[in-house]
Amino acid sequence: MNDKVIASETFDSQLRRTLVALLDTMIPANEEFNAPSAGIDDIVNDVIQSMSHDAPLIVGEMLARLNEQSSARFEELDEAARWDLFSELQRTEGHALRTLSGVLLQCYYRNDQVLESLGMEARSPFPLGNAVEQGDWSLLDPVRTREPFYREV
Amino acid sequence: MNKQEERVDVVIIGSGASGAAAAWSLAETRMKILCLEQGEWTKPHEYPSTTRDWEARHSTEFSISPNRRARETDYPINELNSPIAVANFNGVGGGTILYNAHFPRFHPSDFRVRTLDGVADDWPIDYETLEPYYDENDRMMGVSGLAGDPAYPPKLELMKPVPLGKTGQTLGRGFNELGWHWWPSDAAIATEPYDGRAECINLSACTSGCAQGAKASTDITYWPHAIRAGVELRTRARVSRILVDENDMATGVVYFDEDGVERFQPAEVVMLACNGVGTPRVLLNSTSNRFPDGLANRNGLVGRNLMFHPYASIQGIFDRPLDGPHGPGVCIWSQEFYETDLSRGYVRGFTYEINRGRGPVSTAYTGVFSGRIPWGEDHHQHYRRMVQRMTGMVAICEDLPEETNTVTIDDELVDSDGIPCPKIDYTLSENSRKMLDFSVNRATEILKTAGAYDILTESPIAGGGWHLMGTARMGTDPERSVVNEWGRSHDIKNLFVVDGSLFVTSAGVNPTRTIGALALYVADSMKKRLATLFD
Ligand SMILES: Cc1cc2nc3c(=O)[nH]c(=O)nc-3n(C[C@H](O)[C@H](O)[C@H](O)COP(=O)(O)OP(=O)(O)OC[C@H]3O[C@@H](n4cnc5c(N)ncnc54)[C@H](O)[C@@H]3O)c2cc1C
Ligand code: SF4
Repeated sequence: MNDKVIASETFDSQLRRTLVALLDTMIPANEEFNAPSAGIDDIVNDVIQSMSHDAPLIVGEMLARLNEQSSARFEELDEAARWDLFSELQRTEGHALRTLSGVLLQCYYRNDQVLESLGMEARSPFPLGNAVEQGDWSLLDPVRTREPFYREV
Repeated sequence: MNKQEERVDVVIIGSGASGAAAAWSLAETRMKILCLEQGEWTKPHEYPSTTRDWEARHSTEFSISPNRRARETDYPINELNSPIAVANFNGVGGGTILYNAHFPRFHPSDFRVRTLDGVADDWPIDYETLEPYYDENDRMMGVSGLAGDPAYPPKLELMKPVPLGKTGQTLGRGFNELGWHWWPSDAAIATEPYDGRAECINLSACTSGCAQGAKASTDITYWPHAIRAGVELRTRARVSRILVDENDMATGVVYFDEDGVERFQPAEVVMLACNGVGTPRVLLNSTSNRFPDGLANRNGLVGRNLMFHPYASIQGIFDRPLDGPHGPGVCIWSQEFYETDLSRGYVRGFTYEINRGRGPVSTAYTGVFSGRIPWGEDHHQHYRRMVQRMTGMVAICEDLPEETNTVTIDDELVDSDGIPCPKIDYTLSENSRKMLDFSVNRATEILKTAGAYDILTESPIAGGGWHLMGTARMGTDPERSVVNEWGRSHDIKNLFVVDGSLFVTSAGVNPTRTIGALALYVADSMKKRLATLFD
């Protein structure tokens, strides 16, 4: 079975809801910057599809444990209670949370909406390339006047 | 029984920086020249910069670590006993496919380390010997840069330098304020159309392959010329060992083809160009009754004296936007601390290489995993304080040769053809440690002077083993070197080495311009001695 199949089978609709709530807690939307939440469909789908090797299993088990830690499922809690549980998670789930964080950051910061909110063009670097100013070459003048200082042999 | 191929005059193993240069140079002899390369041709339209997820692909299928990339064409390396992990690429062009194209020359003093500083050994050749080959290699690769750098003797100027950008100007002002040396870096990057290659368009992805073809990787510089001149390049051909006869002459090489079929390639001359890890691997795997400890290894030096260049990374966060990742990684350099000054507490020196900034994903990783960008409400605000506002430098420190830093053959690890793989044992010396610390402190000073309000450091850079040198060193004394002063094995008269393994010392600069020049020099030395090559 390939990584993508394992990932989509691990995150059935219930676990997906927990994942959405957790991602939204980690990176919530921000109106001032017009930045979307990490829990929007595009990003969640990308996160699930981008987990490879044993990542779906590690993250899936972490979410299951998260749901066992309070009387209600994580996604049913209010914002403050979610944040408390997430803070606890940061103390107890180092490896699993790091695995999820890596995938999340990779997917969030390549999302069109996110890049647009940062004023960046949502495209591949090639073929258009980028403009970089030549700069003020007169800045080199003090160095030009310096005597050669490599060691003679 | 091995399948036997048609005999050739010269078989070159490896098609990277050195193999390509040597093949091209030897082509004019009209000898039958064959290069065997374990990897494949890369396709520029498949490089990460052609896709939206370029940053992610840089850390997976185009990772600089062969252990992480783990393509069938790679070989795994046991690097558990080294604080620095190997970075390479196995395919036509070798490491130049992923290199940053920072292209400094050695200095005259770098060839005279024992005489000047009483450490390591002098090279058996000097700067003047290599100078015409530096020039030839520069013309073939296409080098950009600015004449007049007071840190160097005068050298060829071919193309205008890479742009300063906001980064170069910001750091340049800082260096000026402290009165320290800086200069636009020499780069193996076409800043204008060159030899059929297009000019750099600042993709910011040099270390995952240049889709524009502006960066001088040898698959697009030397190889088209060498192939036109009649050299055959056979890919997916992985050499397991070199065979020798009872007269201690190499008879050819055994290799595995793409289908895993073992073949024998007879040759008059065998030339190794597999880099500082791949070359000792082939030699140490080539054991026989006459060479029980590996070929060309009667003095036990094959695989010893491995040098990496310990690197420190020192990055600053500024309160204004800079270039972000845009532009080639190469920008400006400083050699203020290049030559020995014992009052600093160590011998020899280093170069600062100022880079550009980071892409959006890489900025997020750095910020979150260093605790500078929190999760939750404040995430966005802190991210915006870092994105496009980071830049800094690496310090590339001269690594002195030590016989205890080694490439050997691992007891268990094998590649996809079952060939035993290398093991690295490397310890950072006290001298390197002190040099790294000094470089971090001075770089912090320069970044703060230039306006950085927060500094991030990594020393040594754990994944920074991209320079592989010293494991089949050249020299006139057969007791203290593996090959002679023109690259021929002391033990086997028709066996040559042309790659970074040849280095006697590492200098405090990137090696590839010198590797190319050395390969041309060895090839030329052979051409001049064709009638007496095996005497
Ligand atoms: C990420 C990165 C950044 C770098 N940046 C710079 C830089 O800015 N400046 C600089 O000067 N250098 C840089 N380098 C280093 C540079 O790439 C190397 O110095 C250079 O490529 C070494 O040349 P070489 O000929 O010794 O070996 P390589 O270029 O490594 O070539 C060796 C070739 O041999 C092949 N091979 C190995 N074993 C076998 C076998 N058994 N059978 C068949 N084929 C075999 C390999 O597949 C490979 O293609 C960088 C390297 C990396 C990975
Ligand atoms: S920055 Fe220039 S050299 Fe580097 S990948 Fe882009 S186009 Fe090529």
